[in-house]
Amino acid sequence: MVRFEGVGLRYGMGPEVLRDITFSIEPRSFQYLTGPSGAGKTTLLKLMLLSLKPTRGLINLFGHDVTRRQNDALSAARQRMGVVFQDFRLLDHLTVYENVSLPLRVKGRDEASYRSEVIELLRWVGLGERMHSIPPVLSGGEKQRAAIARALIVKPELLLADEPTGNVDPTLARRLLRLFMELQRLGTAVVIATHDLNLMDQNDARRLVLADGYLHVDG
Amino acid sequence: MSTAERLLRRIGRALRVARARAWPLLQAMRQGAMSGARAAAGQGQAMPEIPGLPSGLKREQPLIPVDSAASRALVAVIAILTFLAALAGGAAHMVATASSEWRSAISNEMTVQIKPDPRRNIEDDIARAARVFRGAPGVAEVRIVPRAESDRLLEPWLGAGLQLAELPVPRLLVVTISRSSRPDVEALRQSLRREAPTASLDDHGLWVGRLSTMANTLILAGVVVVLLVTLAAGLAVAFATRGAMAGSHDSVEVLHLVGANDAFIAREFQGRFLKLGLEGGAIGGLSALVVTVVLGWISLSWSSGPGADQLKALFGAFEIGWTGYLIVVSIAALVALIAGLVSRLTVQRHLRQMA
Ligand SMILES: Nc1ncnc2c1ncn2[C@@H]1O[C@H](COP(=O)(O)OP(=O)(O)OP(=O)(O)O)[C@@H](O)[C@H]1O
Ligand SMILES: [Mg+2]
Repeated sequence: MVRFEGVGLRYGMGPEVLRDITFSIEPRSFQYLTGPSGAGKTTLLKLMLLSLKPTRGLINLFGHDVTRRQNDALSAARQRMGVVFQDFRLLDHLTVYENVSLPLRVKGRDEASYRSEVIELLRWVGLGERMHSIPPVLSGGEKQRAAIARALIVKPELLLADEPTGNVDPTLARRLLRLFMELQRLGTAVVIATHDLNLMDQNDARRLVLADGYLHVDG
Repeated sequence: MSTAERLLRRIGRALRVARARAWPLLQAMRQGAMSGARAAAGQGQAMPEIPGLPSGLKREQPLIPVDSAASRALVAVIAILTFLAALAGGAAHMVATASSEWRSAISNEMTVQIKPDPRRNIEDDIARAARVFRGAPGVAEVRIVPRAESDRLLEPWLGAGLQLAELPVPRLLVVTISRSSRPDVEALRQSLRREAPTASLDDHGLWVGRLSTMANTLILAGVVVVLLVTLAAGLAVAFATRGAMAGSHDSVEVLHLVGANDAFIAREFQGRFLKLGLEGGAIGGLSALVVTVVLGWISLSWSSGPGADQLKALFGAFEIGWTGYLIVVSIAALVALIAGLVSRLTVQRHLRQMA
């Protein structure tokens, strides 16, 4: 589903943040991406999301070489992914309900056809009462849950989540983790970037560890 | 029981049944959480509306944040430009109609002027001149303008009190040209000179030529103004779009990241600016129509006063008619269309640069 071969990346003229990264992600798999702060987790996720182009190496996504693809092909690939950003990236002028339905609207779906799905998902992540608030008035954890809901609403083939439990209490973190595991059971490949050891100990999943720009795989 | 009551009852019963059928489904979804949501998605459109959807829930908001101050300014600019363009277009149309009206009236006539000469009998000359034209090919009608009528024509210029009978006032013949064939003006002029040496023939050619040139210049000026104004409106929209894109860079990026392609994003902007363009165009076009109607009333009140005929001859009546209104409306529509188109092109260029 995702295959990196000898991928390297540097920002501008700086040092290589990622060096010689080689790994692959199978359909319906569950893995953590971990490593110290500044190791390049977010950077690696951005490469998978195609919002950064590698300085060298090959990236293969859903069976296509994406290092040399045009804008519209990228949007098609992105519609098959769900992403939770570390900084949420919610649109401040839209309500939570609208933020969560955004990927469906982008796909051209009619509002009446997804209304109930969105509301159900919002209730499940505990935002049923907050669906007509705008992000600036939400707490950090509420924003995070809204961001997660937006990534899940499209039932993605690949879910990329950057510190999805960074702003919530341990109980809610466990609940969200169960949500991700449920998603994986239903057929989504899940990648969770985190340095929360407690979270990773909750289940026995593969760990991709980044250190000094290199990646090695545990399990 | 009336038909209406029966209908209402039936609708009420249908609603209750639908509600009852939906309920177990909703319960199942609650329990199944994600898998329930998935099931719902599988059923797609068939899902009944969830009860308790907040009534104030905002939906289908514009995806790009709206800068209302900038939007209002743009609407004002477009309204002013449309107003000016519509007036210029309307004026050009008015001049065109007026000039074509009198052009056809004037070029269907020739005037023969017979100057009085103390050595000749003017009534004989008139009769002879009339004979030259009567029956000539291409001439439909010859009318001798009676002395009283030509005196009246002079009155506004010379004053009413004057004894015109003592003055050597020329006499006129109005020759109407037939619609089917043109007369041979040169031949007629020569035979007229033989029959009545003091007579001269004016086929209005010089007048028509000069007035046509003037009218055409005015029309051209109107068209150029319309073109310039549309260009200015296009530029204003291009700048406004750039500003909006710079201001909503983050939103555009998020849209990209959730899978929107360039065309989708361009549509969002284009729709917005098309709406602003329509708003500004409607305001400007309506004001122009109002101004035209008011000018029409004013000219109507003038037409009872003196000098009305001259005004009417110069500017035409202030009745722009249906074509005139159509021109004003289509200029407004054109400006709105250009607003939508220009914003689309601007956004697409900007997005290509972003990539
Ligand atoms: N846009 C950028 N320009 C230049 N350098 C950058 C940029 N983004 C990230 N970096 C650098 O790349 C390195 C990796 O950053 P990254 O955000 O991927 O780390 P991370 O593993 O996600 O850290 P954290 O756990 O704190 O989120 C850091 O040293 C960071 O300073
Ligand atoms: Mg990070």
